[in-house]
Amino acid sequence: MEALAIYQRLTEQFGGRVLETVTQKLDSFCVIDPAAIVEVGRFMHDDPALAMDCLSNQSGVDYKDRIEVVCHLFSYQHRHGAVLKIKLPRDNPRVPTLEGVWKSANWMEREIFDLLGVTFEGHSDMRRILLPEDWEGYPLRKDFVEAAEYHGISTVRESPIIRLDPKHK
Amino acid sequence: MSLLNTLPDYVLTTKTDELLNWMRKSSIWYMLFGLACCAIELMHTGGPRADIERFGATPRASARQSDLMIVAGTLTLKMALRTRLLYDQMPDPKYVISMGSCASCGGLFQLAYSVCDGVDKILPVDVYVPGCPPRPEALTEGLLKLQEKIMTERWLSRGSANREANHEDVTAA
Repeated sequence: MEALAIYQRLTEQFGGRVLETVTQKLDSFCVIDPAAIVEVGRFMHDDPALAMDCLSNQSGVDYKDRIEVVCHLFSYQHRHGAVLKIKLPRDNPRVPTLEGVWKSANWMEREIFDLLGVTFEGHSDMRRILLPEDWEGYPLRKDFVEAAEYHGISTVRESPIIRLDPKHK
Repeated sequence: MSLLNTLPDYVLTTKTDELLNWMRKSSIWYMLFGLACCAIELMHTGGPRADIERFGATPRASARQSDLMIVAGTLTLKMALRTRLLYDQMPDPKYVISMGSCASCGGLFQLAYSVCDGVDKILPVDVYVPGCPPRPEALTEGLLKLQEKIMTERWLSRGSANREANHEDVTAA
């Protein structure tokens, strides 16, 4: 099924909860209401015409005025894919977890939590996955400021070569 | 000279320091410890072509049996704490080779939020091996440099104060 037809089917099924459909040459996507994401995901997973059996990628983006969670879905049965986006506020972004629909969401959601600070409600193990447990802040946020030191290890190095970053001046 | 001439052929003479150093430099056991792509070259260095085992350097699986830590790869801040712990577990005398750009100064990832720019911020480093990653030949050269360094050490004339200080460090850790 073409991506466009998939989004049309979603719109027919969920109406106003599919907030927006953007078609472009590459990777067209549709924006889903955060509250309905599990329902939409479950439908796309179970519907025989869609049969999205694989959540191939789930990531987050900081657009400065909002945070988006992007889900790339793929169906091995039909060889088609779709992209869902969820728009969230930057202050305390929360969204229900997709872990119950696709198990692979577990670690990817933890990564988004780790780097962007999106909390996935209902997640079985909402901890940082890459950074240390006692890390402060979410480094992929645009306004992240690096701490001067971590456990007494300075994060600045006097370098004669690299002068790209203001902290090295 | 006259005394030496009286010795039978099977007796060799040397200085105690040199004997101790020669024994120690010929059995530098390094810890099996790799952090990133440099570790691939480290494995290769222990393999048949470069074969640093011919210099007496053999990999040990435990920090408590190792004399040398080769920091091979990008050191993240999370790993830095664990690396320091491993170093503290090694018995004295112990040495550190910083292998590659990342371990020496952070390398490519110097500006990354999660990277410790240089292992010398947390450990005393004896030999820096430049490269990204260094070839096995370069790491072998680093090991030979470390052997040269070991040969210059003076264990007997170093003074007991130094040794005691070392000992205290270990017990404190």
